[in-house]
Amino acid sequence: MGFYFAQLLTGLANASSLFLIASGLSIIFGVTRIVNFAHGSFYMVGAYLTYTLVTMWSGSVLGFWGGVILAAAAVGLLGLVIELTILRRIYKAPELFQLVATFGVVLIVQDVTLAIWGAEDLLGPRAPGLDRAVRIMGEPIPEYDLALIAIGPAVLLAIWLLFHRTRWGVLVRAATQDREMVGALGVNQAWLFSAAFVLGAFLAGLGGALQIPREAVSLQMDLSIIGEAFVVVVIGGMGSVSGAFVAAVLISVLNAFAILVFPQISIVLPFVVMAVVLIVRPYGLFGKPGSEHGAPEEPDQPLTLMSQRSAMVLATAVALLALSPAVAADFTMILLVDVMVATLFAVSLHFMMGIGGMVSFGHAAYFGVGAYGAAMAVKFFDFGMLPAMVFGPVCAATAAIFFGWFCVRLSGVYLAMLTLAAAQILWGVTFQWQDFTGGDDGILGVWPAKWASSDQVYFYVAFVLCIGGIWFLRRAAHSPFGYTLRGIRDSQTRAEAIGINTNLHQWMGFALAGGFAGLAGVVFAFSKGSVFPDSLGIAQSIDGLIMVLLGGIHALAGPIFGAVAFVMIEDWVTRLDYWRFIFGAIILIVVLLAPDGIAGGVRRLLRAVKGGAA
Amino acid sequence: MLEVTDLNARYGRAQILNGVSLSLGENEVVALLGRNGAGKSTTIKSIMGLVQQTEGHVTYDGQEILGKPSHVICRTGLGYVPEDRRVFGDLTVEENLEVGRRAPRPDAPEWTLDHLYELFPNLRERRRNLGKQLSGGEQQMLSIARTLMGNPKLVLLDEPSEGIAPVIVEQMAQVIAELKREGLSVLLSEQNLHFARAVSDRAYIIEKGAMRYEGSFADLDAKPEVSNAYLAV
Repeated sequence: MGFYFAQLLTGLANASSLFLIASGLSIIFGVTRIVNFAHGSFYMVGAYLTYTLVTMWSGSVLGFWGGVILAAAAVGLLGLVIELTILRRIYKAPELFQLVATFGVVLIVQDVTLAIWGAEDLLGPRAPGLDRAVRIMGEPIPEYDLALIAIGPAVLLAIWLLFHRTRWGVLVRAATQDREMVGALGVNQAWLFSAAFVLGAFLAGLGGALQIPREAVSLQMDLSIIGEAFVVVVIGGMGSVSGAFVAAVLISVLNAFAILVFPQISIVLPFVVMAVVLIVRPYGLFGKPGSEHGAPEEPDQPLTLMSQRSAMVLATAVALLALSPAVAADFTMILLVDVMVATLFAVSLHFMMGIGGMVSFGHAAYFGVGAYGAAMAVKFFDFGMLPAMVFGPVCAATAAIFFGWFCVRLSGVYLAMLTLAAAQILWGVTFQWQDFTGGDDGILGVWPAKWASSDQVYFYVAFVLCIGGIWFLRRAAHSPFGYTLRGIRDSQTRAEAIGINTNLHQWMGFALAGGFAGLAGVVFAFSKGSVFPDSLGIAQSIDGLIMVLLGGIHALAGPIFGAVAFVMIEDWVTRLDYWRFIFGAIILIVVLLAPDGIAGGVRRLLRAVKGGAA
Repeated sequence: MLEVTDLNARYGRAQILNGVSLSLGENEVVALLGRNGAGKSTTIKSIMGLVQQTEGHVTYDGQEILGKPSHVICRTGLGYVPEDRRVFGDLTVEENLEVGRRAPRPDAPEWTLDHLYELFPNLRERRRNLGKQLSGGEQQMLSIARTLMGNPKLVLLDEPSEGIAPVIVEQMAQVIAELKREGLSVLLSEQNLHFARAVSDRAYIIEKGAMRYEGSFADLDAKPEVSNAYLAV
């Protein structure tokens, strides 16, 4: 009995820091509608700063708690700087574009942290005065855990008072429902956004600071917490602080007991809980459907067929690509295959997001399932290359049909989160199921058939599959099926009113996009000769998002620009020291210069040049 | 005091307003009449800075306000009551009023909570209720009261009689009369000719994004062909 109670207390202590980071994320999303990937970075910086301060003032109670508060305040200041210098400039950009900017911040913070604190994990001191364990029902419970259990509800109460007893809090709650109206009543939204961002960053920094006595500070803290924090926010309901508290307790306590039964479950459990909650309550436990007045969106412009000239440019580019093996070196061939794989992946994601209106944070799932499907077909069933290349995309489409059935019932950011959950579940299974998938070691020896084993021949195999896939998806976008999807994207109710089964069409679009992502995965697997769980990972999904959003979501050429630029830049910068910093900076520069993506930026540039000439 | 000249407004590629001009004097109540989709709400939203793509001129007290953010426009003395009320459903009545509260201005009457509760007795009873628990008529009153908390000099009132019970429409007419008595100016968009006539000094008629008529209600009554062409359903 005592053992289970101790387990419950551990769960509650974990819940506290999870709540702190998630509540900040929820507040920021509620007010600004920004999905802030940099929130994990705030958490990490909070922990590192506290480590430095607390080690400096070691020993005294005041030194410890003073360090914690000071570090959290410094993170709040960091949040203010980021809001003022970056985000404030791009609030008018298409929805989710800010997400790319926050990911640029993630990369920069990672390298700055590395430069300041080094790559080694740092073990902070224990909290003075709370460094022992007390016996509760015979079990030793760390005093610090008890302090954390008290801190969580105390912070919840403080936020509640702030939101209900101050004018600022009332304005924040009003803005969460209808920002535009708050502006029309004379409130300067810009400062409200800044303040919400500072509060959110402060809470994340506090969450990180309080972890010091419990775990080592490491450079992996940012992305390892962000997935779970998203889950908590979504389960609680985006924008709801009390929802975040309930969800954090739910996840942490369930986790504390589930690992007793099935130790491997902790990676996927939060995502399973989230999937179940979203299916039962599509807006989370305490959430509401988003206000119609959240962000006035420009209506999407109709896609126009390419002009003859741009069609010729494209045909020339493809022809040059086809002829490149005659002149290019072998390593260029490999890079070009990478470019084509990334482009097909990005185009399939764009088909889902830009055409289908379904934002995916977990598109890598289908890329990875395609790759693993082919690899396992080779390894376990002795498939040849070509049958495996058919089998992989079929697996990916099947997975997309399965998860898509749940996802298309939701919309907006909730749909995006459910796709993330699906991807994390698949990633967790792949990572844990050693006997079948090889776990972390991946599957090796997935080589092309003998006739296709030279770099040149495999280049043409990849060329046919990727360019063919991209061509097919473009055709689909301009087909009646594409019209239907775009109609649903622009107005689900109107599409339903003219007799379209919107769920069915979105489901088919989801499956199609998943199948072609799988095809990209297959080409990737055979070109590398191996597959690893990374190919289903959150980073791969984010790469896809960056390609699509950076390229420009409102143009069919967007993902092509985005993917080509992404792979080329990545290939170049990863050879440098501190490449994350450089890559993040490049992302931020593009975001600030071209808030409509590279395709939009190029179009504006052409217009300016033409205007200048005329 | 409010002068709109050659106002164009568009959503994406769709042109909604085509050279709209109107003016509003000190302590005047003016009705902007027109059918559904004629451009009444877009005119009001454009004045308030809530439409992204606009051209032309909107001056208030001689100052250009077109293109300024809506919170700046509000602070110059314009109050906006939206067509669909846009009450904050998860905030109490009193909190809704708090969102609208702004410092008093020298040139406009100051509204206190007590004064507003006198004008809208229902709101006092329901001050602890959430916005979403109110009836349509109560929400309309709350929306007006919330705007008055900003102590505006001029109120843009978008279809206050839409979708509420006849008894409340009558109450609404009294409220507008009270605003005029307090010295405010009101630009009122309406489809209900009868209601507009009861509360306004003169009228504009808008149709397909352009002004078709400007003048008194007496003149309008003398020209049934005008109201038949632009207002009859």
